[in-house]
Amino acid sequence: MNILAMDTSNQVLAVAIQRDNKVVGEIVTNLAKNHSVRLMPAIDRLMKEVNMKPEQLEKVIVAKGPGSYTGVRIGLATAKTMAWALNIPVIGVSSLEVLAYQGRFFNGVICPFFDARRGLVYTGCYRWDKNTMKLIRKEENLAMDILLSELSSLGQQVIFLSPDIAIHQEQIKGVLGDLAIIPEEPDHLLRGAHLIAVAKGKQPEPTHTLRPNYLRLAEAEAKWLEKNKGC
Amino acid sequence: MGEYKMNKEVLILGIETSCDETAVAIVKNGKEILANVVSSQIESHKRFGGVVPEIASRHHVEQITYVLEQAMEQAAVSWDEISAIAVTEGPGLVGALLVGVNAAKGLAYAKHKPLIGVHHIAGHIYANRLQQEFQFPLLALIVSGGHTELVIMKAHGEYELIGETRDDAAGEAYDKVARMLDLPYPGGPGIDRLAELGEETIAFPRAWLEEGSYDFSFSGLKSSVINTIHNAKQRGETLKPADIAASFQASVVDVLTTKTVRAAKQYNVKQVIVAGGVAANKGLRSSLQQEFANLEIPIQIPPLYLCTDNAAMIAAAGAIAFAQGKWSTLDLNARASMPLK
Ligand SMILES: [Zn+2]
Repeated sequence: MNILAMDTSNQVLAVAIQRDNKVVGEIVTNLAKNHSVRLMPAIDRLMKEVNMKPEQLEKVIVAKGPGSYTGVRIGLATAKTMAWALNIPVIGVSSLEVLAYQGRFFNGVICPFFDARRGLVYTGCYRWDKNTMKLIRKEENLAMDILLSELSSLGQQVIFLSPDIAIHQEQIKGVLGDLAIIPEEPDHLLRGAHLIAVAKGKQPEPTHTLRPNYLRLAEAEAKWLEKNKGC
Repeated sequence: MGEYKMNKEVLILGIETSCDETAVAIVKNGKEILANVVSSQIESHKRFGGVVPEIASRHHVEQITYVLEQAMEQAAVSWDEISAIAVTEGPGLVGALLVGVNAAKGLAYAKHKPLIGVHHIAGHIYANRLQQEFQFPLLALIVSGGHTELVIMKAHGEYELIGETRDDAAGEAYDKVARMLDLPYPGGPGIDRLAELGEETIAFPRAWLEEGSYDFSFSGLKSSVINTIHNAKQRGETLKPADIAASFQASVVDVLTTKTVRAAKQYNVKQVIVAGGVAANKGLRSSLQQEFANLEIPIQIPPLYLCTDNAAMIAAAGAIAFAQGKWSTLDLNARASMPLK
């Protein structure tokens, strides 16, 4: 199956192409640059490089967040529209699950996260089980404090994976000590090919209803609900 | 460009997501609407008293492929017949624009179509060409929630901005005054209706600015309305809301009409066109129509569905850019502010 995969949900921009059952090309950058400007040229370049035409694609995979609201929408607007125009299925995968994939083969809790400012993170916990990634703690937007106290009560080894590891490393070590495994820098960088791996076995959603996985209400919405509580 | 023959019909698919409408349209030869689908979010924003950019962006990404599909079904055309994809590049809410721009790029790439970035105001102007061919030089007055501009056009695709607002757009002033009068958002229609029932009893200021300027300013007027209501309350007097609305509207309409008339005379224009959501305002329409009838200069104000944001206008403006070879590349970005050129 010919697949195009893309992720613009966080700072990494990743594009990958599978031909038949082989990943034939990948572009990954980790730069604070504009995804909107760079995504389509990256897709175009890679498609040309691997000599594939858009009409030869059979599936589109996109990271649907959590992450930057705008970044997630750039990926989804592109992926949904391409899938709709080409009349092929689109699969949205969790950006956290793609990151967790960096920790496959680890025999313990896999904890991917993205910094969400003010002590908060977007996170969820996974376990590598029989060659698939199993979600063992639901994804949400929560305080790092709460996550760490929860994890320390498990008394198990936890591998932390995050492009924002530097911000939280000290606190993680402080709470979990030797139970916390923090790999080297390259392991915190996700890859486009892993979107394809993660999507394997997942069913496509109808293109029209595929929506971002923000894990957070828009601020105005949250404030409005707070103010109108109980009416 | 060789494959697009001179006599071939040009069908442009336009996309507009600069604010709170997700819109897709298909227009033939820049003049004939084959499909015009607008998914309005107004109900979602009403409770916040204005457009919330993040919520607008969320709606766009959820709506975009539905709206595309509806437009293709409405036009009943095949992809082979579509000549190019036009999209609002700016100005507007950047997060909202990005959804349209990236959808347009995905479409242009997947279907091997030229991509055309369109200025939102150029779109508002070209909404008029869906009704009647332009006569140059023409003067366009664009009035909406985000814009108050006077533009001179001497030829297709050439825009000379001669005046713009220095603070609030006319529509913005309407929304703020409406809020003070407890009228729902958007404020324009409510004030327009209320004004018909009142009299101009309060002499609100007119911001003419320096001699000869075609720029606008509505923040002073807005403050004057606030102060007048506030002072009356302190003195225990009650002002009739209908009179406040009529007096406020009289000031806005007076400034817009006077400057438009002066510009039309100075530039010796053959046609005046009005565009943008505020062009639906009855008070403004009748004032402009009366003045230009006296001057014997034809004035054109499009029907409401073409005044407010839509994608037919983007496709119409895109048809000109397409013919002129002003095509964009796949690195097209959304631009929150963007000069009209
Ligand atoms: Zn507009």
